[in-house]
Amino acid sequence: MAVNTQTWWQQGRVAECDELAEGVRRIVLCPDRPVHAAPGTHVDLRLDLDGHVRKRSYSVVRSEDGGRRLTISVQLAPSSRGGSRHMHGLCVGDVVEMTGPVQSFPLGVGADRYVLVAGGIGITALVAMADTLRRRGADYTLVLAGRSRRVMAYLDHLVYTHGDRVRVFVDDEDVRLDVESLVGEIAGSPGAPRTEMYMCGPIRLMDAIRRSWMAHELPEPNLRFETFGSSGAWAAEDFVVHLPQLDRSVRVGKDSSMLDALEDAGVDVMWDCRKGECGICQVKVLDVDGRIDHRDVFLSQQQKEAYTSLCLCVARAARGESEPGSADPAAVTLHLP
Amino acid sequence: MTTLDSPPVTAASKIFNFPRNAWYVAAWDHEVTAKQPLARTVAGRPLALWRNSDGRAVALADACWHRLAPLSKGKVLGDEIQCPYHGLRYNSAGRCTGMPAQETINPSAIVPSYPVVERYRYVWVWVGDPDLADPDTVPDMEQMDSPEWAGDGETIYAPCNYQLLLDNLMDLTHEEFVHSSSIGQDELSEAEFEVSHSDRGVTVTRWMRDIDAPPFWLKNMRDRFPGFEGKVDRWQIIHFEAPSTIRIDVGVAKAGTGAPEGDRSQGVNGFVMNTITPETARTSHYFWAFMRNYRLDSQTITTQLRQGVHGVFGEDEEMLAAQQQAIDANPDHEFYSLNIDAGGMWVRRILDRMLQAEGLPAAAAK
Repeated sequence: MAVNTQTWWQQGRVAECDELAEGVRRIVLCPDRPVHAAPGTHVDLRLDLDGHVRKRSYSVVRSEDGGRRLTISVQLAPSSRGGSRHMHGLCVGDVVEMTGPVQSFPLGVGADRYVLVAGGIGITALVAMADTLRRRGADYTLVLAGRSRRVMAYLDHLVYTHGDRVRVFVDDEDVRLDVESLVGEIAGSPGAPRTEMYMCGPIRLMDAIRRSWMAHELPEPNLRFETFGSSGAWAAEDFVVHLPQLDRSVRVGKDSSMLDALEDAGVDVMWDCRKGECGICQVKVLDVDGRIDHRDVFLSQQQKEAYTSLCLCVARAARGESEPGSADPAAVTLHLP
Repeated sequence: MTTLDSPPVTAASKIFNFPRNAWYVAAWDHEVTAKQPLARTVAGRPLALWRNSDGRAVALADACWHRLAPLSKGKVLGDEIQCPYHGLRYNSAGRCTGMPAQETINPSAIVPSYPVVERYRYVWVWVGDPDLADPDTVPDMEQMDSPEWAGDGETIYAPCNYQLLLDNLMDLTHEEFVHSSSIGQDELSEAEFEVSHSDRGVTVTRWMRDIDAPPFWLKNMRDRFPGFEGKVDRWQIIHFEAPSTIRIDVGVAKAGTGAPEGDRSQGVNGFVMNTITPETARTSHYFWAFMRNYRLDSQTITTQLRQGVHGVFGEDEEMLAAQQQAIDANPDHEFYSLNIDAGGMWVRRILDRMLQAEGLPAAAAK
C-alpha cells in the first residue's frame, strides 16, 4: 500500500457543488497539480474563518481522471468549528487553498475479510475503499449507521452498488447498530484474526467499537480508523481555560478549538497533528469545572477517565447533558509551564 | 503476436525508465531470513525484507513512520520488526503494533507493505499498485527449481541502467568480442537469427551448424560424452519475458544428429537464467543462474559451471560499467541501432507500452 504523508499546498477550483443529503454538500475540486487520490486519502483545506486561518481535513470520496476531479462531501455541523459553514458557502468557480492527497488511512491488501463501518458523514472516508474492495473481488461488508435516511449521504448509491454487502442501521427507524453483536460476529467467525475493520464516524461509536474489539481480544492493528477530532461525547459549548502559571484565562468559543483559542490569545504551545492522534499537545489538567470531552485517540480510556491530561487540539470542557442550562460555562485549569 | 495500438518507439532512450507494476526479484530465497532484515532497493523503493515466524517473506518500506530510520537496521521479533531507533514495532502488513511511552497507537502509524511471492528460489516483490499484483504474472523461470534441472547462480551488482543488461542478453553477437576465450566464436556474427514477439515476450533464435565447439561447450560435451571430438550444431534461443527476465536456452549437439529438428539427445543443454531488477536509473541487481539437464547429481559440475559463467559475466560487467560511464560522459550523443539490436528494440517497445500504461515516460528522471 502506498502511504503518502507529504503535504504540499496548491489551489483548487470548485467545479461542482450540490446538496447530496439533508445538510450534506458535495463539492468537486479541480486541483492545480492533480495526483490520483487512493482510497483512504484526505485533503486539507486552508480556510479563512473570521480572520483566522484554519486547516480542515476532508476525506476524498472519489478521485477521477488521475485526480483532476476530487469529490469531497461536507456535513453542516450546527456546533461546528466554523469549517463546515464556510464550506457550505462555496460556489462553482471559487478557488480554495488545498493540499494534495494525504494518506494516513490506507486500505490494506491480503486480509481474508474487510468490515467497513461508517457512522453518519464518516462514510466519506469509506466510499472509495468499498469500491476498491468490490473491484478486487474481496470479501467485505459495509455497515452504514445514521440518525435518519434523510441525512445519510450516498445511502441509495451504496445500496445499489454493493447490494447485500451493505447493512443499514437507522436510529429513527429504530434499527440501531448493536456494536457488541457486530464485533461479536467477527470474533466468532473462523477468519477473525485475519479480518480488518475500517471505521470512521462519531467518536462515541468508535470508542464503543474499540472497547468491544479489545474485549474480544481481536488483534489491535486490524482495527483501523480515522478521526479528524471533530466529534465528541457532547455538542461543543463555550468554555474557559484557566492558566495559573501565566495568570490568564482564555475563553474558547464553540466554533473554535482550545488550541486555536490559545494561539489566538498569543499563548505559545507546541502541537503537530492537530487531530488528536500524536499527543504532542498533551498538557496536564489541574482542575475541571464540568466535564472533559477528550475527543482524541492518543490517550487510553483509563488515562481519559483519570482527568489528569488532555490534548489541546481536540479536547473541550463541557457541561454536557448532565447539567443542562447551567449559567456558567464549563472550565478547565491547565498546567502550562 | 499482437496488433500495434500505439505509435512505434523510434529513438532508444539511453537511461530507460522501469515499470512499477511488475514483479521484480528482490533477493535469493536464502538471503531473506527471520534472523535479521535485509536492505535492498527495488525499482527505486528501499525495502526491508525479513521472514515471519511462519516463514513467509515480508517486504516493508525501509523507513520508520516516525522519523524514517531504516527498519532494515532493526530487529526481527517473531512476526514483527522493530525500528532500531525508538523501538516502534510493525507487523507484516506494515501496521504499527507498539510505540514507546504511550498507551495507545497512533492510528495513522503505518509503513507501506509490498506484495511478495516466493517462487523459483527467488523472493519477488511488487512495488506498484498492489491491486494489480497478480501472482500468475511472475515471469516463468521453471528450470530454477525443476527436478529435471540442476545448477546455481549468483548476483551481480551492476553499475548501469537495467536496459543495458537486457540489450546485452538479447543480442549474443557480443560473445565473439567480449567472451572470445570461452564461448565466443566467429560463427556467431555470421549466423542468421530470427526474432519473434508477443505482447509480453520476445524470442531470438540462432542456430550455428557444423561448427567447432568453443572451449566452454567442448568441456560440457566431454562431461556428458567423455572424450568427445568433432563438429557440433550450436543453438542460442533467447526468451524475454517482461519486464526484465531473460532465459537463454543454449547448447550444442553432435553435428547432424537432428538437434535443430528437435532431437537434442546427442547434446548438452543449459538454460542461462537471468532476471534483472532495476535498483535506480543507473544501478541494477542482476540475478543469474546456469541450469543444466544432464549429470544432475554432480555438484562438481554445478560449481564448475557457476564459476565458469561467473568469469564470463565478469567480462560483461566490466563492459557495461564502461558503457554507462561513456553514456553519462556523452550526454549529447544518441543511440543508433544495428540489425543485431532487433530483439533489444522489441524489448524496449514492450517496456515502453508498460510505462505508457502507468503514465510514466520512457526516459528515467535524472
